[in-house]
Amino acid sequence: MNGPQDLGGQMGFGPVAPEKDEPYFHAEWEKRALGVTLCAGAMGAWSLDESRHARESLHPADYYASSYYEIWIKALETLLMRHGFVDRAELHDGEMHGVGATPKRVLKAADVPAVLARGGPCDRPLATQPKFAAGDRVRARNMHPVGHTRLPRYVRGRVGVVEAVRDGFVLPDTNAHGRGENPERVYTVVFQGRELWGEGSDPTLSVSVDAWENYLEPA
Amino acid sequence: MAARVRALETILTQKGLIDPAAIDVIVDTYETKVGPRNGARVVAKAWSDPAFADWLRRDATAAIVSLGYGGRQGEHMQAVFNSSDTHNMVVCTLCSCYPWSVLGLPPVWYKAPPYRSRAVIDPRSVLAEFGVELPADKAVRVWDSTAELRYLVIPERPAGTEGWDEERLAALVTRDSMIGTGLAREPEAT
Repeated sequence: MNGPQDLGGQMGFGPVAPEKDEPYFHAEWEKRALGVTLCAGAMGAWSLDESRHARESLHPADYYASSYYEIWIKALETLLMRHGFVDRAELHDGEMHGVGATPKRVLKAADVPAVLARGGPCDRPLATQPKFAAGDRVRARNMHPVGHTRLPRYVRGRVGVVEAVRDGFVLPDTNAHGRGENPERVYTVVFQGRELWGEGSDPTLSVSVDAWENYLEPA
Repeated sequence: MAARVRALETILTQKGLIDPAAIDVIVDTYETKVGPRNGARVVAKAWSDPAFADWLRRDATAAIVSLGYGGRQGEHMQAVFNSSDTHNMVVCTLCSCYPWSVLGLPPVWYKAPPYRSRAVIDPRSVLAEFGVELPADKAVRVWDSTAELRYLVIPERPAGTEGWDEERLAALVTRDSMIGTGLAREPEAT
């Protein structure tokens, strides 16, 4: 979706303002927000793609006014309600009213190290041959899906060169909406700065994105 | 927001959906165990051991796992090497994708709109805000982490560090130098 998350090339957000010796957390609640988000995700009711889509589906004014942990928590509430684990009244009252959906699993403290060490690989074997090879010129499709996608707007319609042919990966565009993993080949595609940003661009700049096969067409 | 998160944790705990002690373990992991010192050791080894550097170029995931750094948000790694003619910089314009297994949790600026919007269109002005000025003819390559690959920048090894062991070298490797918004420290700065 052409949502607030698609920030590449936007202007007006000001300086980056790196913080010297930045702590990992700026408040106690951020620690709990990280942990609650990971523990709730570990229930197995939704994918990382669905989480990302819930975050980018915040109203743009809300998204831009929120810190990243705030974005996580707001999206998490949506996911928990969507999947029947909590309802709005419970969130309002801050306490349980009744039993909700049953999770596939509950992450226990003792299992955390193993679960974090295992991660969640999302590469998948493919039976098909790659459609593109390193060195091929490709155009990122000019598409504007209303659902989740990982093709940023700033490359759509632009021509780049395939630099690397990757493995098959779960397709976020369907997986975020519970329509299956539909794994597809991923390619690292390099675009010259001038192709993306026009004549004023830094002549030494190139930018790559990692694009699923159906995001690309021959150029 | 503190009250809202507390309410969420309370409800989910009452329902038996989460284990509050698991949250403590997660926080402790990313406060004390998984952080940019992991990545610094990868870089120091790449600087010291050509065979390891070669492995890192070919299969970064396996090379990094061999040092004990794998898992969440490090499942599919690529190392990108700075050189005399190219500087690499990593961003996630669409969210906050970051190589947790080697760098830990991302800093606030990495997840915020100024960096995410500007890194791909004007990286040199971003670098200037980090105090980095590159030669005008040095190419800048920005890697937008739009899929599940996670990128680790291998900065150039500073001059004057010949014969240093890996531990001393690792002390020169900053978090920002592995994102590409910084360079490795010069030996006289340590």
